[in-house]
Amino acid sequence: MNRIDRIFQDLRAPANEGGGKALMPYLTAGDPSVEATGRMLTAIQDAGASVCELGIPFSDPVADGPVIQASMTYALDHQVTVGQVFEMVSRVRPSLSIGLVAMVSFSIVHRIGLTKFVDDAKSAGFDGFIFPDLPLEASGPAREASAKAGLILSMLIAPTTPDDRAEQIARASTGFVYVVSTSGITGERAELPPELPKRIQRLRGVTDLPITVGFGISSAQHVREVVSVADAAIVGSGMMRRVAQARAKSEDQAVKIVGEFTRELASGLSPTAGASAGG
Amino acid sequence: MTPDPTTTPPAEAASAAVPDPTGPFGDFGGVYTPETLQHAIDQLAKAYQQARSDPAFDKQFTQLLRDYVGRATPLQSAQRLTEHIRAADDCPAGKGAQIWLKREDLAHTGAHKINNSLGQALLTVRMGKTRIIAETGAGQHGVACATAAAFLGLKCDVFMGTEDIRRQQPNVKRMELLGTRVVPVESGSKTLKDATNAAMRDWMATSEDTHYIIGSVVGPHPFPMIVRDFQAVIGRECRAQCLDQIGKLPDHLVACVGGGSNAAGLFYPFIDDASVKMVGVEAGGRSNQFGDHAAPLTYGSPGVLHGSLSYVLQNNDGQTAPVHSISAGLDYPGVGPEHAYWHDIGRVTYTDCTDHDALEAFLLLTRTEGIIPALESAHAVAHAVKMAKDLPTDQTLVINLSGRGDKDLDEAIRLLGM
Repeated sequence: MNRIDRIFQDLRAPANEGGGKALMPYLTAGDPSVEATGRMLTAIQDAGASVCELGIPFSDPVADGPVIQASMTYALDHQVTVGQVFEMVSRVRPSLSIGLVAMVSFSIVHRIGLTKFVDDAKSAGFDGFIFPDLPLEASGPAREASAKAGLILSMLIAPTTPDDRAEQIARASTGFVYVVSTSGITGERAELPPELPKRIQRLRGVTDLPITVGFGISSAQHVREVVSVADAAIVGSGMMRRVAQARAKSEDQAVKIVGEFTRELASGLSPTAGASAGG
Repeated sequence: MTPDPTTTPPAEAASAAVPDPTGPFGDFGGVYTPETLQHAIDQLAKAYQQARSDPAFDKQFTQLLRDYVGRATPLQSAQRLTEHIRAADDCPAGKGAQIWLKREDLAHTGAHKINNSLGQALLTVRMGKTRIIAETGAGQHGVACATAAAFLGLKCDVFMGTEDIRRQQPNVKRMELLGTRVVPVESGSKTLKDATNAAMRDWMATSEDTHYIIGSVVGPHPFPMIVRDFQAVIGRECRAQCLDQIGKLPDHLVACVGGGSNAAGLFYPFIDDASVKMVGVEAGGRSNQFGDHAAPLTYGSPGVLHGSLSYVLQNNDGQTAPVHSISAGLDYPGVGPEHAYWHDIGRVTYTDCTDHDALEAFLLLTRTEGIIPALESAHAVAHAVKMAKDLPTDQTLVINLSGRGDKDLDEAIRLLGM
């Protein structure tokens, strides 16, 4: 069984101490260094994360907001390569139990070659993929290659995605369904959209896969709101903004802040801590 | 979708019939964009299909091209340039093709860009949207969009890299004068490709009331098809003018290729005319070294950039390469997918021209014809001059003079040391 599937299965088991919900921090591989990213993976695991969405830096990340783009630019300016990221993952994988999902532009996958990319990612220890710029219509070969390798491929559903298309995407996804909370790009937002619970409920009708929500989540309270209706919360820009601030001091500081922020966000996984769980 | 070299169709299979409704040009094109954009793209495809089959839309567009843009642009015999070529030491006796110029520089705003901007702005109004956004490098597409926005009463934001804002101040001022907001883009390389990223990002959050007017035959389907169709007026006019003024179809067409909209517009109506040979001229920059040029069809390979599969300049990791050209309008790491298709089936030949040769041609056309060309168009002139020396005098060669050079004066004068 794929590790992502197992993680969510375990979480859903009755009487799970974490409340059955998952936190999925996003990290840009190579910001501030590939080595530091390796240590951050351990830090987020220790702080209560279940899965890491590990972004492979890309020169033209159209779906990402200014924080993640700047983070990727920083990594690329420091000559981070896909090979280095794979090498780091294979080094730290044996000491990790969290799921690792590569968030990577299809531009990179196409250049390296789909089969080679999937095989190399699998050997390194990745459990699956998010290709943010590969729409349903073009996803056939990537879904096939991922399935063949035993890896999951989660596809995004946007607020503007019509219902019937959302159903098709949910059916075509494996591992989990990725629901984009708001229109536009990744980034922190003060409030989550009020129609989110309804969208998730609708999807529950067509898929048994865990439903994760990303874009705009940046506090324990957001996490609490999201997991009251969904299975997992993805936090990216809030994380990388802290990394950018901390790395000016030192890499150690950046690793530390990632652990601390993850712990803070993870407090939102428990429905008991304070505010009502209502969406 | 995997390219299979054994099934590449022969050149004569090239047809005006692509793309099919799903968007690929052979193996190229398609849609590689975030799901957040799918809805807007679907909406655009539908609106365009409806507009295209509505005679009233065509009538309105054609009328504005005549009354507002000043079309048809002339097809001019370049007599002194032709004589100059024939008189050159390296031009053998009996050689030196007759050169003609398709004068897109005479269109309103000084380049072919207005054809597409106006067409898509009309489409915006038709879709009931009130705001347009655009990316711009040299500023020509930005100015064309700002112009169309002012003319049709639309709100307009143009994204422009801060590096380009610095280099292209006059066009920034023109846009602002026209009531457009120029949004500086600080990310990445701070040039055209980053402005394109920024425009796409804006569109993801605003597509309900906003249309993104992409400036070339690039991006996800249906953009390459829409831009080509709006620019195809160049080729349709040119074909009719050749038959009328020369009495036959031209033997050769030459156009510069950055994203490739002026070339696609000229070539497309001639694609099924097997006797007409076509050459697209890319920006050869300083040298053929990676990073020194902007010639993906000449030196690049297939890859995904800005929503479609085409030839791109990327490193082995799929990261977009830095590019260079003397001409800001050609300074782009990708090219339209239909050009990739024409390249692979052999229907169009693609080559490149260096900064140096383009600058020489810039001066040559200025001095022989009294026309200061855009540095982009000077690439086509440079290659055409080279070609003409090997062609018999009874052959005709049409250069697409895609824009005028007013915007390039400072740069050209600096480089020419005048």
